[in-house]
Amino acid sequence: MKRRHLHLILTVALIGVLLLVLWWADRHLGEFPLRVARTGAIYVVAAVAYNLVNGITGQFSLGPNGFMALGGYTTALLILPLQQKQFVWFLEPQMWPFNSFSFPWYLFGLALLLAGVVGALGALVVGIPSFRLRGDYLAIATFGFGEIIFVLANNLIPLTNGPLGMKGIPEYASVFWCFGTAIVATLVVSNIANSSFGRAMKAVRDDEVAAEAMGVNVFRTKMLAFVTSGFFGGVAGGLLASLITTISPTLFTFAMTFNLLIIIVLGGLGSITGSVVTGLGFAIMSEVLRVVEAPIDLGPIHIPGVAGMRMVVFSVLLILLMIFYRRGLFGQFELSWDWVLSVLRATRGVRKWKQERKTESS
Amino acid sequence: MEARTQNGVVLTLDHVTIKFGGLVAVNDFCLDIRKGELVGLIGPNGAGKTTVFNIVTGQYAPTSGRVLFEGQDITGWRPDLVAAAGIARTFQNVRLFTGLTVLDNVLVSQHLRLKSSFLSAAFRLPSYAKEDAEARARGMDLLQRVGLADLAREQAGSLPYGQQRRLEIARALATNPRLLLLDEPAAGMNPEETTQLMKFICRIRDEFGLTVFLIEHDMRLVMGICERIRVIDYGVSIAEGTPQEIQSDPGVIAAYLGEEED
Repeated sequence: MKRRHLHLILTVALIGVLLLVLWWADRHLGEFPLRVARTGAIYVVAAVAYNLVNGITGQFSLGPNGFMALGGYTTALLILPLQQKQFVWFLEPQMWPFNSFSFPWYLFGLALLLAGVVGALGALVVGIPSFRLRGDYLAIATFGFGEIIFVLANNLIPLTNGPLGMKGIPEYASVFWCFGTAIVATLVVSNIANSSFGRAMKAVRDDEVAAEAMGVNVFRTKMLAFVTSGFFGGVAGGLLASLITTISPTLFTFAMTFNLLIIIVLGGLGSITGSVVTGLGFAIMSEVLRVVEAPIDLGPIHIPGVAGMRMVVFSVLLILLMIFYRRGLFGQFELSWDWVLSVLRATRGVRKWKQERKTESS
Repeated sequence: MEARTQNGVVLTLDHVTIKFGGLVAVNDFCLDIRKGELVGLIGPNGAGKTTVFNIVTGQYAPTSGRVLFEGQDITGWRPDLVAAAGIARTFQNVRLFTGLTVLDNVLVSQHLRLKSSFLSAAFRLPSYAKEDAEARARGMDLLQRVGLADLAREQAGSLPYGQQRRLEIARALATNPRLLLLDEPAAGMNPEETTQLMKFICRIRDEFGLTVFLIEHDMRLVMGICERIRVIDYGVSIAEGTPQEIQSDPGVIAAYLGEEED
């Protein structure tokens, strides 16, 4: 009981420090690093939720791009100013009711919440038939779902404006919104993973038959993980739409899922803190690795810039990881206060021991 | 139905038959198990023993016949509902949640009694935290009683084989069962471990007020602790009786050793 209180205090303190750092960063860092950081935070939201399904419950989903698309379009439709809406839908009129209202800035939170709800509903629709079957049908069904959303987004012009997409979405997704959501998503998902529901999810991952024989409702457990992941996927999509300020169907293609898959596998399937670290790392590396896409002059050798070279690097990285470090950076390990405290205690112990040895020898 | 419950019958298999395509795996199987009994089910490999277990626990639905638990018809129920009704089982080859700790393995079995909602767990509300702490205390208490408390924080997959078997029984006990099905609990154990297991099974039956139904090939265990033994071969019951009766039954000897040719 006492330890739990200590952990709570430490977590609150950490969040406080983080907010202070963000406040400082928001005032002193330039537009570009902040943009990278916000992108990283959005990756964290999506990856942590995705990991709940793939890592913790052990169900191979390929769906997050679909949920993010649902959330992205929902948010964009809700917060796009009316004037901008008339400007964007110039070929065909926009459909009712979205052509008649627009959320002001103080309802951005509500817009994100609704984006999450739509994402969760999408997950419900895909999950119910897929989880009735045993085996890897989920991968196929979720992949198909992403493609269906893509086709719908391209063709439902009164709703989505088709391939042209929407532009001029207000950029409400500030550093605080992005990181605040990332903190909430991480806390909620790790609460779930460490709860009785999380144990049931891990039991389903390790042995579905045994889990069922011990009274775990397998279908319900998978659905809870999947719908939660759909919710946060939707929220992440909403944040992304507001960060980039333009969306079109191509933003949410399978490449998005592929990026998230790299993040959760690199971080370790089943490790939430692993996904947080690699989610932020991925956003930073994506920018750092832009170097490889620029033309390179090595004296006599000239390498012309190749667009998409970053993905090649990431792919090679992933292959190397699968060969040499199959379980990802963290495996199923979590950075926890217990672990941090035990490390601190150990280093303190070593220092003490060294001091004692010094006094003994002198 | 009423009469049966009053007679203290816990489990009834009523003319149970299951067919897989053309194969009749279990044929017209009838059995009553009374409260507190320790009943053994034996038979040659492939006789359909585990299939009987799978029918009781809902992994398979029988082609015909009924399964009654404490007078209630549970035929074709989902396995998790059967577990919630009060029947727990272990598996022939150990099926622990290897990625979880010993304590978490036991806690999974308490998930079915959880009252808190998913949202209260997601936000770790005080009501949930309290219930979780109670479940942990019960889990530790159970581990204490089966002698695994020292290993509570170890990964289940890292335990030695004998302890894994013991943990599997503990995990089944954590669902709070009234009927415990053990599928070859002594498989792969050495004679000394088997002796310990025999004592352990008798002890938990008395301590937890259980009825035990077990499948076993180890005749020392079966003959040593079972009060009643049922023998099946090719899905058909061929004998039933006390250990002494079974040992001298010509039909059983024939099924195990083959018939003498004249």
